[in-house]
Amino acid sequence: MTEMSSSIRMSTGTKIYLYVSLIIIAAVVVVPLLTTALGGFKTLGDLRTNPFGLPVDWQWSNYTDILFGERYWRQMMNSLIIAVLTVTLTISVSAMAAFTFAHVRFFGSNFLLNYFLIGLMFPAATAILPLFIRIRDLGLLNTYWGVVLPQVAFGLGMSILLFRNYFRNLPEELFQAAFVDGCGYIRFFWHVSLPLSRPIIATVGIVSFVSSWNSYILPLIMLNSETMYPWPLGIMVYRGEFGTEWQLVLAFITVTILPTIIVFFLAQKHIIAGLTAGAVKS
Amino acid sequence: MTNFSATTAAGPVAEARPSARRKSPTVRGRLPVLVLFLPPALLLFTIFVILPMGEAAFYSLYRWDGYGLPTQFVGLRNFEVLFKNSAFLTALKNNFLIIVVSLVFQIPLALWLATMLATRIKGVVFFRLIFFLPYVLADVAAGLIWRFVYDGDYGLFAAIAGLLGVETPYVLADKDLAIYAVLAVIVWKYFGFHMMLFIAGLQSLDRSVLEAAEIDGATGWQKFRFVTLPLLSSTLRLSVFFAVVGSLQLFDMIMPLTGGGPFNSTQTMVTFLYNFGVTRMQVGLGSAVGVVLFVICVTLAFSYKRIFMRHD
Repeated sequence: MTEMSSSIRMSTGTKIYLYVSLIIIAAVVVVPLLTTALGGFKTLGDLRTNPFGLPVDWQWSNYTDILFGERYWRQMMNSLIIAVLTVTLTISVSAMAAFTFAHVRFFGSNFLLNYFLIGLMFPAATAILPLFIRIRDLGLLNTYWGVVLPQVAFGLGMSILLFRNYFRNLPEELFQAAFVDGCGYIRFFWHVSLPLSRPIIATVGIVSFVSSWNSYILPLIMLNSETMYPWPLGIMVYRGEFGTEWQLVLAFITVTILPTIIVFFLAQKHIIAGLTAGAVKS
Repeated sequence: MTNFSATTAAGPVAEARPSARRKSPTVRGRLPVLVLFLPPALLLFTIFVILPMGEAAFYSLYRWDGYGLPTQFVGLRNFEVLFKNSAFLTALKNNFLIIVVSLVFQIPLALWLATMLATRIKGVVFFRLIFFLPYVLADVAAGLIWRFVYDGDYGLFAAIAGLLGVETPYVLADKDLAIYAVLAVIVWKYFGFHMMLFIAGLQSLDRSVLEAAEIDGATGWQKFRFVTLPLLSSTLRLSVFFAVVGSLQLFDMIMPLTGGGPFNSTQTMVTFLYNFGVTRMQVGLGSAVGVVLFVICVTLAFSYKRIFMRHD
């Protein structure tokens, strides 16, 4: 990490001002999250009289009921299946297409690349009704594929671009050597390009995993039975059912975002780099 | 998460490099690779992105409930209805307001934090992490958490009002206040992402320029205003682009907070599309919203490219 003004000695006053500002803002970020997690341990009455403090009487059952129930795990599983399918399909389809754009000269390649880049300009929401009708007519409503396919398609522009730029920057000599040895494109892709592409595979993977894991509008439109719901839909149903029993809703929110938070802290470097680089590089 | 990215923002797109990289045409297997590698992406993209967009334009000229074939041609009636609908006009206004708040509040906040957190003070990494955390959470989760925070009976706002001895505000139920409550959540969720962009930008700056300015006796503010800020301009543009694009597709966070209410005061274009087009299966009207959104996005992307890309 570089330091911008390391050459300046900060006065104590500046330092205090700095830390006070940072701590206040950190509190605004963290307090809602902490009170949510703690609220899940309270009774409704406790929550009402004492939303900020520690629970008077820890209601572990709020959490254990959820964790020993089937509902939570089913939603997590659905989200995971959809995300894994999305990531796998995105990486394989876009890496292959990007490879041709990076290495193969063919008529209309620039035109085709620009065609894919149209996808970067508008969100899936703009075409959500025709998408619904298409998925319905294909018989894919209420299936994982009904969510996965549009999701992958709308992510293609960005992932193709990331892969193509990466492939193009691999050292030229590799290519020369391989082709002199009589290696064809497809073998080159498998044995040279892909093994060298771990960083960009990770970036594309993280971006598409996070956006799939958090996605709401596509599953909302394409899935109609609760057994298929990924967690963002499931949590809204749960909230609808339990209404003002906030302590249960808070516990449910906590356990659903916990995996995200744990993974984030474990792999923070990769995730931050992936999400910002994914944005910047493309 | 944004579905789109800033290609349009970040670079001349498909300009072929000088042919240095082009391979000799004798390489084996050019045809097989094209036949195997291109069609999957091409098919997926055409079927699920391009065709639906074209169909949206087509359906927007019909009154249709989505069953059978669209037969009731109404011309531009759907657009007329749309621009006379007060909920849609509120939605447009809200989308604009979100952009304004991002530009005048969120981005300066992110920039200010980035300049602090690009220094060598203790705890930098910790603060960066905390500020970035809301960005990784799903919009739906963030929305629900803040619905609790704002809750007038059980939430944190109720408690704070209790402490201050004032009447409990029900912010999300108040048609004048709700949109500001939503805006606050948007800033809470996204400032960390913009901050991270700026930190990355600051770290790639050429330090010698700043040192030169210091030697010339520039004050902290002067250095920031006349050296750092101009050098950050490409990051700044990127950040503006994300803010604009993100605000245009805002949906996930509104649903758990207000669902677009009370009295449609917090609708955005996409919540309007959902509430009026999807749930009532008014395919024509909903598609018209899609077309309006599409036109806005494409116009922004192109004008952005035209205005800014010349300099890069």
